Amino acid sequence: MSELPAESSDAKEALASGAATIQDPTGLHARPAVKLTKLAKAHDATIEIRAGEEGKWVNAKSPNAVMKLKAGSGEILFVRAQGAQADEAVKALVALIERDFEAE
Amino acid sequence: MTETSQERILSGFAASDGLVVGRAVRLVSTAELQRLAGSPEEERSVLAGAITRATEELEALAETQDEMGAGILEFQTALLEDEDLLAPVYAAVEAGQPADQAWIRIIDGEVTEYREGEDDYFKARADDLLDLKERVLAALHGRETAQVKLDGDIIIARDLTPSRFLELDWSLYRGVAVCGGSPTSHVAILARARGVPLVVGLEDALETLQEACPAVLDAESGRLILAPESATLEAIGRRLRAREADDAAAESLLGEPAVTAQGERIEILINADDPKVLAEVPVANCDGIGLTRTEFLFSDGALPDEQKQFEVYRDLMTWAEGRPVIVRTLDAGGDKPIPGVTVDDESNPFLGLRGVRLSLLKPEVLKLQLRALARAAALGPLKIMIPMVTVPEEVEAVRALLEAALSELTAEGVAHARPQLGMMVEVPAAALTADRFKVDFFSIGSNDLIQYTTACARDNAAVTRLADARNPAVLELIGRTIEAAARMGVEVSLCGDMASDPHHIPALLERGLRRLSVAPAQVGRVKLAVRRYG
Repeated sequence: MSELPAESSDAKEALASGAATIQDPTGLHARPAVKLTKLAKAHDATIEIRAGEEGKWVNAKSPNAVMKLKAGSGEILFVRAQGAQADEAVKALVALIERDFEAE
Repeated sequence: MTETSQERILSGFAASDGLVVGRAVRLVSTAELQRLAGSPEEERSVLAGAITRATEELEALAETQDEMGAGILEFQTALLEDEDLLAPVYAAVEAGQPADQAWIRIIDGEVTEYREGEDDYFKARADDLLDLKERVLAALHGRETAQVKLDGDIIIARDLTPSRFLELDWSLYRGVAVCGGSPTSHVAILARARGVPLVVGLEDALETLQEACPAVLDAESGRLILAPESATLEAIGRRLRAREADDAAAESLLGEPAVTAQGERIEILINADDPKVLAEVPVANCDGIGLTRTEFLFSDGALPDEQKQFEVYRDLMTWAEGRPVIVRTLDAGGDKPIPGVTVDDESNPFLGLRGVRLSLLKPEVLKLQLRALARAAALGPLKIMIPMVTVPEEVEAVRALLEAALSELTAEGVAHARPQLGMMVEVPAAALTADRFKVDFFSIGSNDLIQYTTACARDNAAVTRLADARNPAVLELIGRTIEAAARMGVEVSLCGDMASDPHHIPALLERGLRRLSVAPAQVGRVKLAVRRYG
C-alpha cells in the first residue's frame, strides 16, 4: 500500500495518530495481533502501525505484516490513519493496546 | 458354465518388486502436487476455492481446541483473509503461474522472513505459515488433509509425488500403479526402500476403472491385471507360492553375511534416504551405510544449522556401531528442487546446476555441512561423498573447503576428525576418466549414469524402455570404474537402484563389484541373489 505522508498540510482527508506501549510479556503475539487487525478492518480508514520510532509503517489490517513487526514487550506501537473514521480508528486501536488487548 | 472374461491387462514398468492380488482403487484427484496452469481465471478461482476450504477446515478444527490452540488457528485463519499476503499470490496467478506454485513461492518467502531475528516466539510463527501452506496445498490438490481410508488395497493413480507417497498409510495399502513416473523417479526409490510394490508408466485406464475392481498388481513384470480370470489367478497363485519360498529364504539370510556360492564375501551396505527408516533396520543385517541422502535435511525449505546437522549425523554414527557411514553432500537440483538453494527455470535441470555444481556456487552451505560432517567423523568412520562430479577440479574445490572447515574446527577447539573424501561416479565423463580423480573411494550412481549414458530423462516415462541398466554401454562404464578403483587401490561400491534389483546382481558381481549399497527393504533379496551367484 502507498505510504501515508507523515506531515501533510494540504491533506484533503482527516489525518490522525497516536501511540501506546505493549504490556504483554510475550509482546504482540498471535492473538492480540489478530484482535488488532480485526479492529482495524472494522474501520474504513487507511491505518498503519509501526513498532518504535524507527520502525517501518505497515498496514494495520494485515495480520501477516503486524506479526512481522515482531514487536516485543515494552515497545511503543505508533498508529496513524487517514480517511473516513481516521480519528475513531486511532482512538480505538490505542485503547485496545492500552487495555492489553482485553475485551472492553 | 463358461466364464465371461472381462480381464484387461494394462502394461507399464516394474519400479518396485512385488506381486499382489487385491482390489484396485483409484486415488482421487491426483492432478496432484504439480498443477498444470489452467487459464489465469481458472487458477484464480481454484485458489479462491482452496482458501475458502482451508478456512472452513481451520474453523471446524478450532472448535475442538482449547483457548491456546484456537488462538494459533485463529491467526492462520486471519492470514487467509490477509489481502496484503494474498495479493502477490493472485498477481503471480494472473501472470500465468499455476496456483500451487504461486502459493508455495510466496509463503516460502514469508517463512524466511519469520525465521530471521532473535525472538523464538516470532521465529516459531514460521511453523504456522508452513502448516497453512500444506493445508491450502491439500485443498488445491483436491484432497482431505486428514487421512481417508480408500475402499481397496491396490492404489491406481494418475501420478504420485514423493510427499503424497509418504502421506499414505502403507499399512492399509499393498501396492500402487501410476500412469506417470519412471522406475528411477524418486517415488520409485521410496517405494523400494519401503518394499511397496510399484508399477509406473501404466496405460491410462482411470476413466473406466470400477471402484474396488478385483486386480492383480504384477510388479515383477510391470503389469496391472483388472478382473483377472480364474486361470490367471491360478498362475499368479503358483508364482506367489514361489515368491513366498524366496521371501522365506531371503528372510533367513537377513542377519547373515552376504557370501557367494563360491564363498566370496560381498559387503552389503544400505541407502538411508530418510534416517527414520533406520529405526526399523537391525544394524547387524548390513555392513554400514553406503549412501545417506542429505536432501531430507532441507525438506522444510530452510537450511539446517550446523548443530542440527551434526546431531543427525551423530545419530547415524551411533546407529552404525562402528561400521562405515557414507554421507553424500547436498545433492539438490535436477528433479529435486529446494527453494532458496536450487536455480529456477533451467530449461534442462538434469544437465544444469545440480549436485556439486550447485554446492560450489553456494560454498557457505557446503562448508557448513562439511563442518558438521567433520565433527561427526570424530565418532567413527564417516566418509564424505560428493555428488555429480564431472572433473577433478570439483573434487579439489571441495577438498579446499574441507581443509578450511578442519582448520576452523581446530582453531575453535571443537572435536572433529578428518573424514575420507570420495565421489559419486554418475557422469559418463567421470566414469571414463576415473583414474584422474584423487579420492579415497568411488560410489557408482547407476540411476544418473544410466540417464546420462542412454540420454533418457529419469522423469520421462516415454523413454523408460531405453533407460536400460543392462545396456552394454552402461555396464562398460561401470566395469571401467571398478577397474580404475582396483588400479588406484581405493574402494568402489554401487549405490543406485541396480544394486537393489536381484536381477542385476550377477552382472555387477561378474564385473568385479564387491560392495553394494541397497534399499533397506531389499537386503534379504540381494543377499539371496548373492548366495545364488557363482
